[in-house]
Amino acid sequence: MKPIREVEGRAIPLGLKNVDTDVIIPAQYLKTITRKGLGRGAFETIRAQPGNVFDDPEYKGANILIAGDNFGCGSSREHAAWALGDLGIDAVIAPSFSDIFSGNAFKNGILTVVLPQEAVDRLLEVAKTHPIGIDLENQTVTTPFQDRFRFEIDPFRKHCLLNGLDEVGMTLAQDAAISTFEGRMAADRPWL
Amino acid sequence: MSSKPRTLYEKIWDAHVVERRDDGTCLIYIDRHLVHEVTSPQAFEALRVAGRKLRRPDLTLAVPDHNLPTTARLDADGRRVPIADRESADQLATLERNAPEFGVRYIDAVAPEQGIVHVVGPEQGFSQPGTTIVCGDSHTAAHGGLGALAFGIGTSEIEHVMATQTLLLAPSKTMEVRVEGTLGAGVTPKDVILHVIGVIGAAGGTGYVIEYTGNVFREMSVEGRLTVCNMSIEGGARAGLIAPDETTFAYMQGRPMAPAGADWDKAIAWWRTLPTDPGATYDKVVIIDAADIAPCLTWGTSPEDVVPITGVVPDPMSFADPSKQVAAQKSLDYMGLTPGTRMQDVPVENIFIGSCTNSRIEDLRAAAAVVKGRKVAANVRQALIVPGSGLVKRQAEEEGLDRIFVEAGFEWREPGCSMCLAMNPDKVPAGERCASTSNRNFVGRQGPGARTHLVSPAMAAAAAVTGHLTDVRELEPVA
Repeated sequence: MKPIREVEGRAIPLGLKNVDTDVIIPAQYLKTITRKGLGRGAFETIRAQPGNVFDDPEYKGANILIAGDNFGCGSSREHAAWALGDLGIDAVIAPSFSDIFSGNAFKNGILTVVLPQEAVDRLLEVAKTHPIGIDLENQTVTTPFQDRFRFEIDPFRKHCLLNGLDEVGMTLAQDAAISTFEGRMAADRPWL
Repeated sequence: MSSKPRTLYEKIWDAHVVERRDDGTCLIYIDRHLVHEVTSPQAFEALRVAGRKLRRPDLTLAVPDHNLPTTARLDADGRRVPIADRESADQLATLERNAPEFGVRYIDAVAPEQGIVHVVGPEQGFSQPGTTIVCGDSHTAAHGGLGALAFGIGTSEIEHVMATQTLLLAPSKTMEVRVEGTLGAGVTPKDVILHVIGVIGAAGGTGYVIEYTGNVFREMSVEGRLTVCNMSIEGGARAGLIAPDETTFAYMQGRPMAPAGADWDKAIAWWRTLPTDPGATYDKVVIIDAADIAPCLTWGTSPEDVVPITGVVPDPMSFADPSKQVAAQKSLDYMGLTPGTRMQDVPVENIFIGSCTNSRIEDLRAAAAVVKGRKVAANVRQALIVPGSGLVKRQAEEEGLDRIFVEAGFEWREPGCSMCLAMNPDKVPAGERCASTSNRNFVGRQGPGARTHLVSPAMAAAAAVTGHLTDVRELEPVA
């Protein structure tokens, strides 16, 4: 995974709340057996509407998405994170995320930034005309107008994102601890 | 171990900690991994590319469900009917190849035990109280009905579980949802969970694991508990659970993969230690009076858009939150509904009784009880009954339920996810409405442009025979 330190660029001001995973990537696109190319189905129902933010030339090449409360609710499909990555999105800012989605995003090197609704509202306004900056090291989101919003992030996730670490490889290094646990389990709960 | 009183969730968590880190994150052992065809191909592929093995194939069970057509799977000569959709066929064939390659037990599409992964797990006794259960599907929460910590995971996590049989997790906050009192006539477990989601909201449980407590859940069957826990994710909670008790043990006993003999006694002794200790506390408590729950349904495109069947389509401006006003208006535009319309005046052209939420034998019995002696209304174009597994189907046929449905004009199908999500041939046409026993009313969930009203099996059956959304309590029994 490539390390992430800073994300800077234009942001798509989507703003909607409860954007579910069926909206991010409809089920008919889940039949793929690879992780690639899902951008073509991303936000299909929104993109069918004229004047939608995703096809607005103003936001062409944007690498940040700003959404409302409960972004990514619904299914566990990691295809939602893959689709965002395929669209070129490096970070999503919202007042809250579904737990499964934020985990999937993290595992694909997409930063999810939780900010209060007032801060998100301000960023939605700025995004219409100006770029936004996210500094993971210092946990801040800034605008060219001197706005500065601090966000919280799980320290472990931050460490992995900053260093581009592969979680499976890290856990495999704990093999001895896992084997010890399995030995204990076989004794305590043999029916499993 | 300290003697501090602990909740059911904390007990299961503590029993599965392989390693605890300074920041509170834990490496958690996974007892059971369920696999289906949609979210697993990329995980198997990643193992293959990295030259990694699947650590515990014996704790893993694979079954196809999402893509399978629900029409006959064998022709008159007993040959497999080819699947017309090439991508679906490829994805199913990929699982069929991956399972033996990695040594995973596989229930194939024509096996009598095949079904929806969340119906098969409990039914086979693979899912057990006190276990940690994962699957690349958010409705894994269902297995919490047995008193297991069960939750959906993404494909990277599937790969992690396959390679290490563990997950790195931060502990969740705990929420108690207590429902006490007597449920009214016609109020089913589905109505209870829809009501709960209406109260807490679609994001209300984000960051929490819910424990459902109170006499309503204690008195509920295991099937009903699976329905309730299944939809925890629709309230934002990754997992929901109900303490295992005598009802759970009676359900578990004798299932093919359940503990037996001396193991059974050991298992049951441990299961009895799991319920939340007196004095244990939750981070949040929600108390609901059972008497306040009516047979209910959804009017919009979020599962929190719940209204009693006696209610009307709400006015978007009636919501205090401005962003909810906008969302509600968008929902109504999509759903083709006008504020003030009585829910019972809304006609439906499609009926779906099935899905991991409501496709178990009790669900089919409840629907059949309403349908018996009646006919599907003339304006209903499509009415599907899709049993959750081959075993549920066989049981229903032994009870004669299939004949009740077929005589009424329903289609009696093969097990699978069917019309719950638009991945197989069962879809709701654009602009048409469906009374559905599934779990999501999202935009396009049942097909592009499809309009979904989430209901209980009894209410779906009632809508089928009247042709419009119907208060099941007002249907007179047919002699």
